[in-house]
Amino acid sequence: MPEVRVENVSKKFGDGKIVAVDNVSLQINDKEYFALLGPSGCGKTTLLRLIAGLIQPDEGNIYIDGKLVNDVPPEDRGIGFVFQTYALFPHMDVWDNVTYGPRVKDWGTEQSNKIGREMLEMVRLYERSRAFPQELSGGMMQRVAVARALSAGAKLLLLDEPLGALDAKIRLELRYLIRRLVKDLELTAIHVTHDQGEAMAISDRIAVMRKGKVLQVGTPQELYMNPKEIFVANFVGESNFLEGYIESVGEKEAVLELRGKLRVKVLDKSMGLGERIVLAVRPEAFELNKGHKRVENAMLGRIERVRFEGTTIRYEVRLQNEDLVVVTRPTLAGERLDADEKVTVSFPPDKSFVFMYPSKGLREELLAE
Amino acid sequence: MSRFSLIRFLDRMSSKPSVRYLTYSFSAAFFFALILIPPILGILLKWNEIGQIFENSSLQSRALAAVYASFGIALFVSLVDVVAGLPLAWFIARGKSKWLNVLDTLVDIPFILPTVALGYSLFLFWSQPEGVSSLFGASLVSPGWLLIILLHFVFSFPIIVRVMVGALLDYQIVYEEASRTLGAPPLTADRTVTLSILKPSLVSSFILAFARSISETGATLMVAGTFENGPVFIANAQAEHLGDGPLVFVSFILIAVSFSIFAVITVLGPRLKLPTKKVWPFVERKLSGSHVALSRNTVTLAIFVLVVLLPSLFVALPAFYAVITGTLGQALSGTGVWQNYWQSLFLSYFVAAVVTFLNALVGLPMAVLIARKRAGKLPSTALDVLVNVPLVVPSIALGASMKFFWSNFAFIPEIALLIFAHISITYPYFVRAMASAIGRIGMDLEEASRILGAKPFTLFRTIILPLTKYSLFAGALLVFTRSVDETGATLAVVTTLKTAPVLLVAWVKKTSPIPATPLDISLGIGFLVLFSFMILLILRLVVRGRERRY
Repeated sequence: MPEVRVENVSKKFGDGKIVAVDNVSLQINDKEYFALLGPSGCGKTTLLRLIAGLIQPDEGNIYIDGKLVNDVPPEDRGIGFVFQTYALFPHMDVWDNVTYGPRVKDWGTEQSNKIGREMLEMVRLYERSRAFPQELSGGMMQRVAVARALSAGAKLLLLDEPLGALDAKIRLELRYLIRRLVKDLELTAIHVTHDQGEAMAISDRIAVMRKGKVLQVGTPQELYMNPKEIFVANFVGESNFLEGYIESVGEKEAVLELRGKLRVKVLDKSMGLGERIVLAVRPEAFELNKGHKRVENAMLGRIERVRFEGTTIRYEVRLQNEDLVVVTRPTLAGERLDADEKVTVSFPPDKSFVFMYPSKGLREELLAE
Repeated sequence: MSRFSLIRFLDRMSSKPSVRYLTYSFSAAFFFALILIPPILGILLKWNEIGQIFENSSLQSRALAAVYASFGIALFVSLVDVVAGLPLAWFIARGKSKWLNVLDTLVDIPFILPTVALGYSLFLFWSQPEGVSSLFGASLVSPGWLLIILLHFVFSFPIIVRVMVGALLDYQIVYEEASRTLGAPPLTADRTVTLSILKPSLVSSFILAFARSISETGATLMVAGTFENGPVFIANAQAEHLGDGPLVFVSFILIAVSFSIFAVITVLGPRLKLPTKKVWPFVERKLSGSHVALSRNTVTLAIFVLVVLLPSLFVALPAFYAVITGTLGQALSGTGVWQNYWQSLFLSYFVAAVVTFLNALVGLPMAVLIARKRAGKLPSTALDVLVNVPLVVPSIALGASMKFFWSNFAFIPEIALLIFAHISITYPYFVRAMASAIGRIGMDLEEASRILGAKPFTLFRTIILPLTKYSLFAGALLVFTRSVDETGATLAVVTTLKTAPVLLVAWVKKTSPIPATPLDISLGIGFLVLFSFMILLILRLVVRGRERRY
């Protein structure tokens, strides 16, 4: 059964000037739905193409099912690949596209037909067998691409931004369809995406990548609840960042002094006294109260902007220390506040993260590229 | 008028429907009046002389045998071109070595040689004691059908390579990758996916190679010996003073049959399916191995060097001796046999430059008409087929026919006649290259540009032109080199003017007032190759220089 191991793999382009993948090591378990998440240009597609054998690593080793595959061509790696642009062969109809794998592997007409039918029925497109790709909608093309990738009997499915070109509604439907197929067929899947919502909804585990490196690997909950890096805290979910120093470290909690002498308490005591830090609080972790309210970690401010986002309302609040924070509240919970209102923003000490201030500066640390 | 106000003026004009209509109409009228009708009408004007053939049964069977030979050789050579040219195109387009740029440029050599020089070079290489025959002690290939096949292969092979390299560079490799991830070895992926998607380019390069073989006259005459294909028969019949009947008869059959073939290919081509269903996994996997690929590339390169490059350049190789013997000094001072050489060379490049410019001017609107079906579906398809006509008319027949036609207009100076003949011959190359390039540009890009406020001229200048730069270059290159090397039609239409190929033919056939030595001929051809190469290089650098700005 396919597990994938990537050991110290690097890949450079442009005469070595562009490091697309930088000494990456990963372990993807058998039957796991694994996502490679990161902004454009972070190297996630390059890593997927390295695993597929479409390009070769400059350094490091790739193992599929315990076997070193560095020199194994893509056709012999036992993979299925769903391309971002689907790459359905334009000169073949749906049926010929889906049975292409069995045919080039010479599985015989009967077997090819059986698989073709099964796969197309699975993605509910059997009745469109004779249609050409250009006659299908984006969602249909995507389903054909998945059926084609699975038809060659692959146990390892590689998906390169497979939902990127679809509209929101179909994207939501298809992400669950793909996950269900992968789980029903007991496959291992590696899914590349820049959409953190998609990665969280579909994956067992996620690797967050930036500038060719893997920053953190974990379950969606781990990445959301316990990000190890400022970039991860911002890219997986959303965070407000407030700069300050460790003022005191007590037995149960630490006190931070933020800009404008604002003092707040956090549970994280790993930093030393006087250390320069960045406090991260998720918009949904903030409490928002009208007027001046005496609560723990209270910060006074004025609402600058209010945005209705459907299920949530987004408030941009200018704190007294001139920092701007974003607060989101469920639309159907509590009263709606208006712009210019004076408010108290607060957060529970256990719902914040403290990071050491990055040596290159906060802005550089948050940049995607 | 400043550059910007000129652009604004052209923009304003291009958005007027009447101006657009006039541009397309002028382009179509130019095509019919100067390119399509003169060669056809010239033949039709002499139609009553076709009776000569039917009155003489031996002449008739000789003519028909020549026609069969033409089609047989063209078909065979075009098929061999595809088989030998595709691996080289693949090697150039997919290889990673920087040396492939040099190889890519070397492929153009048979283009820039005057066909008659090419014929003479092959004749020397394969048949004469100074060529490869010296290794065997006897003439390896005597003039005749085999030498014609070798010659036609040499000048049509680069067409396939040039077109297919362009197509492979434009091709989205993701289809090939998809095929590989589904289990297809490289050869299966290339055969069942890449080649099928590139079928239009393959078909159009096949047509170009086929047409070039059908129509070539000058060089074929040099290597034919007693063997006759269509154009050789026309030339022989004229030399034997058999009248214009054989010319009309053979030209008519060649044009009619070729035209029908192209019409069928154009209409049925899109529906034609390459046999891609069946795969032989075991055999194709073996043939995809790196050892086989290495052997294939070696054989391909060997064929190119030994059968195309070396025989093409053979005539120019002794030119290096010219430096020692003083022939170079004589050439540079323009004395003796060289007294008219430099004017002829200048005339050749001048005519080629004018022809290239005029082709671009009137050919671009025609390419848009065909690619975007601006004249309606049926008329545009008809135009698509009709632009091929000048390709299949034997150049000697085209020249003669144009002479019949234009002799009715005595006031036209000879230089204009020369330019008309060259435009007529080269026109399809430019239009074909640009029409397929424009056809590949998605309509969405045009629409986006128009929505952002671009007038038709700006759209053309800022979107279409930059995106079709390679094809524009390839088209202009074909036109320029074809004009420089054109011999058959030039001989037919001019009496006093002498282009470089015409002069070189006189040198080779020893009809010039002062006889030329073999060293003179080598150096004369050597200069032509050298200057053409320099122009080619400058054109390439200009195109690359522009590329950096985007």
